[in-house]
Amino acid sequence: MAVRTRPPSERPTRTRPPSERASRARSLGPPGEPRRIGYLYVLPAFLVYAVFALYPLLRAVHLSLFEWDGLTVGTWAGLSNYQEVLSDERLRASFGHALVLMGFFALVPLVVGLVLASVLHRASVRGLGFFRTVVFLPQVVAMVVIAVAWRRIYAPDGTINSVLTAIGLESWTRGWLGEYAFALPAVGLIGTWFESGLVTVLLLAGMGRIPRDLYEAARLDGAGAFREFFAVTLPSVRGEIAVALTLTVIAALKTFDLIYMTTSGGPGHQTTVPSYEVYRQAFEIGQVGLACTIGVCLTVVIFAISFVITRVGDRVAD
Amino acid sequence: MNRTRTTLVALVAGAGLALSACAPGGSDGGSDDASSPSPNAVKTDAASLGDVTLTVWDQEVRGGQEKQMSTLNAEFQKKYPNIKIKRVSRSFDDLVKTLRLALTGADAPDVVQANNTRSQMGEFVKAGQLVNLDPYATAYGWDKRYPQSVRNVASYSTDGKTFGSGSLYGMPQVGEVVGIFYNDAKLKTLGINPPKTWAEFDAALATAKTKGEAPLVLGNLEKWPAGHVFGVVQGRFTKAEDIRKLGFGQTGGNWVTPENTKAAQTLVDWVDKGYFNAGFNGQDYDPAWQGFTKGKGLFLIAGSWLQADLSAAMKTDVKFMLPPAPEAGGTPVTTGGSGLPFAITQKAKNKDAAAAYVNFITSPEAMKVLADNGNLPVVETAEQKAPDALGTDVFAAFGTVSKDDGLVPYLDWATPTMGDTLGATLQDLLAKKATPEKALEALQKDYGDFTGK
Repeated sequence: MAVRTRPPSERPTRTRPPSERASRARSLGPPGEPRRIGYLYVLPAFLVYAVFALYPLLRAVHLSLFEWDGLTVGTWAGLSNYQEVLSDERLRASFGHALVLMGFFALVPLVVGLVLASVLHRASVRGLGFFRTVVFLPQVVAMVVIAVAWRRIYAPDGTINSVLTAIGLESWTRGWLGEYAFALPAVGLIGTWFESGLVTVLLLAGMGRIPRDLYEAARLDGAGAFREFFAVTLPSVRGEIAVALTLTVIAALKTFDLIYMTTSGGPGHQTTVPSYEVYRQAFEIGQVGLACTIGVCLTVVIFAISFVITRVGDRVAD
Repeated sequence: MNRTRTTLVALVAGAGLALSACAPGGSDGGSDDASSPSPNAVKTDAASLGDVTLTVWDQEVRGGQEKQMSTLNAEFQKKYPNIKIKRVSRSFDDLVKTLRLALTGADAPDVVQANNTRSQMGEFVKAGQLVNLDPYATAYGWDKRYPQSVRNVASYSTDGKTFGSGSLYGMPQVGEVVGIFYNDAKLKTLGINPPKTWAEFDAALATAKTKGEAPLVLGNLEKWPAGHVFGVVQGRFTKAEDIRKLGFGQTGGNWVTPENTKAAQTLVDWVDKGYFNAGFNGQDYDPAWQGFTKGKGLFLIAGSWLQADLSAAMKTDVKFMLPPAPEAGGTPVTTGGSGLPFAITQKAKNKDAAAAYVNFITSPEAMKVLADNGNLPVVETAEQKAPDALGTDVFAAFGTVSKDDGLVPYLDWATPTMGDTLGATLQDLLAKKATPEKALEALQKDYGDFTGK
C-alpha cells in the first residue's frame, strides 16, 4: 500500500468569498487606494537599490563595451570583449572551474546536509543546539581565515600529509594545492566544509516544521527509515533545498577570496575562476573593460542558474 | 500597459545609445597641456617657495621602513617649516589598488610611490599623470649619484611605451637584489665550502643530496617565487643585455634561445635530481623560508627583503652571496632593482616643492637614515654601516652588482601579463607539465605579443 502523505504547504486554498468577487467586478480594480500609490511605497527602497545595485550594474555593462585601462580615454570596442571571453581558452576554463566548484559547494554539501540533518532530526540527540552550532561554525569565520588555515592543512608538511605518513601512506603525500590533478578538488573540499553547515542548519529548520503525525502515519504504514526519508522528509524540505542550493551555487560562482588566498589560480591556471579573473584584469593588468565583461557574464550565469533553481523548486513545491 | 512597455524599451534603447557616445575617462583624461619645466625654470631652494602643503602617499608601513620615513619627514619639516607634509601611508597592496583611482581624481596626491611596473608607472606615464623628472635630475645631480642601471628601472619613454630607458619618472630609496642565502653552519658540518663558481655550486648541491639533504628551498604556491630562482639561473647562461631586453619588454629580445633553454633545463634537472624540497609547488613562500631558518635545506634563492627576518632567526649561521659569475673573473648577473620609486604627479600644485621633498628623502643623508633603520640604500650602499652580519653581506653584494652593472630587471616587468604568465609557466615547467621548449615558447608568446604591438 502506498504511503500517501501531503507536505504542509499543500493545504487547500481558501476560496474567495462571493462578496469580494462582486465588489471587484463593480469597481474594475482592487479595493483601497489607487494602484499607482503602490509605487510610491516602493520608491525609497527602490532608490537605494537603484543607486547601489542597478546603476553599478548598468555602468559595468556600459564599460564592458569599451577597451579601457581605467586611466586614459576608453575606446569603443562593441562586443569584442565578449568575443574574447568566449574565445580565450583561459577565461573559458575559468568558467569551467566555477562549474566544478559548484559541485563541491552546492551538490556535495546538499547530500552531506541531508544525511546530517535527518540523523540529527531523527535521533533525539542530546545537546542538539551544541551540534548545530559546531556544524554552523565555518559560516561565522571569515573566508580569509579559513583559507589560511586550510593552506596549512594542505601544505607539504601539513596536517593531511602528517596523518598519511602516520598511517603508513607516505607515498600518497604531496603538496596538495600545487598538484595539477588535486588543486581544484582540494579547493572545492574547503567549500564543501564551509557550506555543509549552512545547508544542514537550513534543512534542520525545515525538518523541524514537519508535523510528527506524518511520520507516525508513515510508520503505521510500515515504512522504514529510508522510505520515511524519501516519502516524508525529502518532499517536505523542497523549499529549503531550493534556498540552500541558490545560496551555495551563488557562493560557488562568485568565489574569489578562497582562490586568492590559497592558490592564486595555480598551479598553472588550474584553479582560476571568473571572479579572480575580474580582479586580475582590472587591478593587475588594467583591462577594466574586459574585467567588466567577465563580471557581466558571471552575473548572467548566476542569474540563469538561480532562476532555474527557484523555478524548479517552486514548481515541485506546488 | 502595452504602451508603457514600449516607451520603456525605447527609453532603455535611447539610454544605451547615449551611453555608447560617452567614453569612460573622457572628462578627466590625460593632461597634454602640462609640459615639464625646463632645467633653468626649476627652483631648488625649497625655503623660498612659500607655504605649501604636500600630500604624500607611501607604502612604508613596516618596521624599519616606517621608521626611516617618519624620521626623514620630521627632518624635512624642521628644515623647511614652510612646507607641510600630509602623509598617507598604506600597505603595498592597498596602494597598488587605489593609486589608479587617486591619480584620476580631483584631489590627487602630490608625491606618490608608484610601482616600477608597466601596469603602474608605465600606465601613469602613458596617461600623462606623472612629471618627467629629467630637469630635476640635472638640477639636483641625481643623474650623477644614481647609476644608470638604477635609474633605468624608473625610466620610461615619454609615451610610456618603452621601459628601462628614456626619461626618469621616479626616485627609489632602497635597493633589492636576489641572491643566494646559505646556512653556513650546516655547510660546515657537511664539509662543503661556500661555492665560488657555478661548478662548485653544482658540486655542493650533489654532495648535499648524497648526504640526504634536499639542498634547495623553494615555496612556490604563490607562483612568483620560482621566477626569482629562474632569474638567478638565467644569469648563469644568458648575457645581461639580452635579459634586460626581455625584462623591460623592449623589442629585439628572444626567449627561445639555446641559453635560455639551458637555464630552463637546469631547473628541470634540479627537480629530477630531487634538489628541491618535496611538494614545492604546494608550499607557501613564508613557511618555506621559515623552514630554512630551522635548518631545512642549505640554499635559499631569494631577495634582500628577507635579510632582516633571516638574520633575526639565524644570527651568524646564515650568509648571503651573489650568484657566481658566469665565468671566472666575470661580473655576476642577477635579478634586482629598486623599491617603489617616489614620483611627482602632474596634478601636484607645487612641483618644485614636491621635487625638493623627493630630493631630501633620497639624499646622501637620507641613505644613512635608511641604513640605520635596516633598509638597503639604493645608492652609496658600500659606505653605509649595515645593521648586522648578514646585512653587511647584502649591502656589499648590492654595492658590487649595481656598480658593475650586473643588475637585471625582474622578468615579470616585461609586459602587463608577464607576472602571471611567468608564474604559471614556471609552475608548469617545474611540475614537468611543460618541456623547457614549450615553456619558453609560452614566455616568448607573451613577450612577442606585447612587443609586436
